[in-house]
Amino acid sequence: MPLLEVDALSKSYSDSSSRSTLAIENISFEVESGEFVALVGPSGCGKTTLLMCIAGLIPPSAGRVAVKAKPVDRPPPDLVLVFQEYNRSLFAWRTVLSNVLFGLEAKGRSGKAAGDRARELIRLVGLEGFERHYPWQLSGGMQQRVAIARALAYEPEVLLMDEPFGSVDAMTRLELEDALLSLWKELGTTILLVTHDIEEAIYLSDCVHVLARRPSRVLETVKVPLARPRSQVATRGAPAFMELRNEIYRRIANEA
Amino acid sequence: MKRSVFNPTGLAVFAALLLAWQFVSRSSGDLQSYLPPPSRVFEALLQPQVARALWENLWQTLARFAGGYLIAAALAIAFGVALGYSRYAYSFSEVVIELLRPMPSVAIIPVAILCLGIGDAMVIAVTVYAAAWPILLNAIDGVRNIDPTLINTGRTFGLGRLRILRDVALPAAAPYIATGLRVSLPIALILVTTAEMVAGVNGLGYFILDEERALHPENMYAGIAVVALLGYALNRIFVAVEERALAWREGLRISEAA
Repeated sequence: MPLLEVDALSKSYSDSSSRSTLAIENISFEVESGEFVALVGPSGCGKTTLLMCIAGLIPPSAGRVAVKAKPVDRPPPDLVLVFQEYNRSLFAWRTVLSNVLFGLEAKGRSGKAAGDRARELIRLVGLEGFERHYPWQLSGGMQQRVAIARALAYEPEVLLMDEPFGSVDAMTRLELEDALLSLWKELGTTILLVTHDIEEAIYLSDCVHVLARRPSRVLETVKVPLARPRSQVATRGAPAFMELRNEIYRRIANEA
Repeated sequence: MKRSVFNPTGLAVFAALLLAWQFVSRSSGDLQSYLPPPSRVFEALLQPQVARALWENLWQTLARFAGGYLIAAALAIAFGVALGYSRYAYSFSEVVIELLRPMPSVAIIPVAILCLGIGDAMVIAVTVYAAAWPILLNAIDGVRNIDPTLINTGRTFGLGRLRILRDVALPAAAPYIATGLRVSLPIALILVTTAEMVAGVNGLGYFILDEERALHPENMYAGIAVVALLGYALNRIFVAVEERALAWREGLRISEAA
C-alpha cells in the first residue's frame, strides 16, 4: 500500500466574474514509504496549488488524496508542508531553537528531551551555534535550514517541500540539496518535493513526475536509477544524468 | 531606534519656560491668584499636609488606572484577536464598533454614574470603555494583517484553531497590540482623572478640582504636576517593557528596511 495516494485530483478556481480556471487537471500518482519523489514543471503550472491540496490546506475540486489510506479532508497528522517562502513561514518572534521546538510542541513533546532533540536537529542541518539567533539574523539559506529542521522535528511520515531552494543562491542551493539528501537518508522520511529545476529534481529523487503548464497534469513519469549516495560532481556528470535531463527537457519543451 | 532619555537641549527649553513663568508670574500680584510662580507650587509640594494628600490621592488614581487599564487590555485583546480572526464575528460586530468608536468616551461618564453611582466602579468602568478602543482596533488590524503563510504553517503542523490563535496569531499580532496598548495608556489616565473630577470623592482629579474650588491655586498646580509626572513615568515604563518584550521586532524592521 502506498504511503501517499493522489487520485484523479483536479482543482479549479473561480474568479470575480465567476469564470472558472482549471489549475490542476486529473493528476494521479503514488508515493511509497521512504521514497524521494519530485514534481517538476514550469513556473506557474499549479505546483503550489497541488501541494496545498495534498497538505489538506485547500480542498480539491475533484478527486482525492489519501495518506496511509486515510482520505485527506484536513491537514493530516503525519504530513508537514515546507513552504517556499521560508521568511514568511518562520516565526519571527521565536529564536532558531524555539522555532525548531515548535515542531516538537506541535506533536505534544516538551521538556528536556524535546530541547535535546531540537538541538540535535539544528546540528544536523548545520546551524550549530545559531540556536539563540532570530530568523532575521540569518541568511536565506540558513532560514530555510531552520524551516526544514522545524518540519523534521515534527517527525512527519511525509514531508512536502514547495520549491524549498527556489530563492537561495546557486552555491547554497547545491549545499542544501546535499544536506537534504543526508537528512533523508538518516531519518527515513518520505519526501515529495516540487521544483522547476529539472536537474535538481533528478539529482534528489527516485522518481520524477513531469508536469505540464496550466492546467497542471502529469505528462510523464521518469524513474531515476542513479546510484546513491549521489554527488554533485559525479552524479551530475554521469551520462545517464544528462540523458534523463534531456529527456525531461524535451518533454516539457514539446508541450510548450 | 533607541531614544536617549537625557536630552540636554530639551531640558534647557523646559527650564527656560519655567523661568519665564516664574518671571511673568512674579511681575503681577493679580496674576499670582491664578498663575502662582513655580517656586510657590514647589513649596506647596513640600508642605507635609499637601504632600501627604497628594501621595494618598496618587495611589487612589493609580489603583483605578491600573484596574481599568488592565481590564481593558484583557478584554480588548481577547475580543480583538477573535474579531480579527473570524470574518463572521467581525461582520457581526462591525456596525456597532463603527458607531461607538468615534463617540468621545467622556460622553459615557453620565451613563456610568447613572448605572453604577459614584465610586470606584464607575471610574473604572469609564476607563475600561475608553482604553479598550485603541487596543481592540489594533488587535483586529494586527490579526487581519497576519501573513496567511503563518496560519497555514500552524495548520500543516496539525494545530487546531485555538492553538493557532494562541501560538501563531497572538504573537504575530503582538506589535500591533503593543501599539494599541501604548495609545491607550494616556487615554486611560485622562479618563480616570476626568471621572474623578466629575464624580469623585478622592484621587488626583478630585484633588485638583477641589483645590481650585478651595482657592489654593498652588496646590492645584501641584496636583497637575503630579498627574503630568505620573503620565510621563507610565509611558517611560511602558516603552522600556515594550522594547524588551518585542526586541525581535526591532531587528526585523532593520533587516526588512535593508
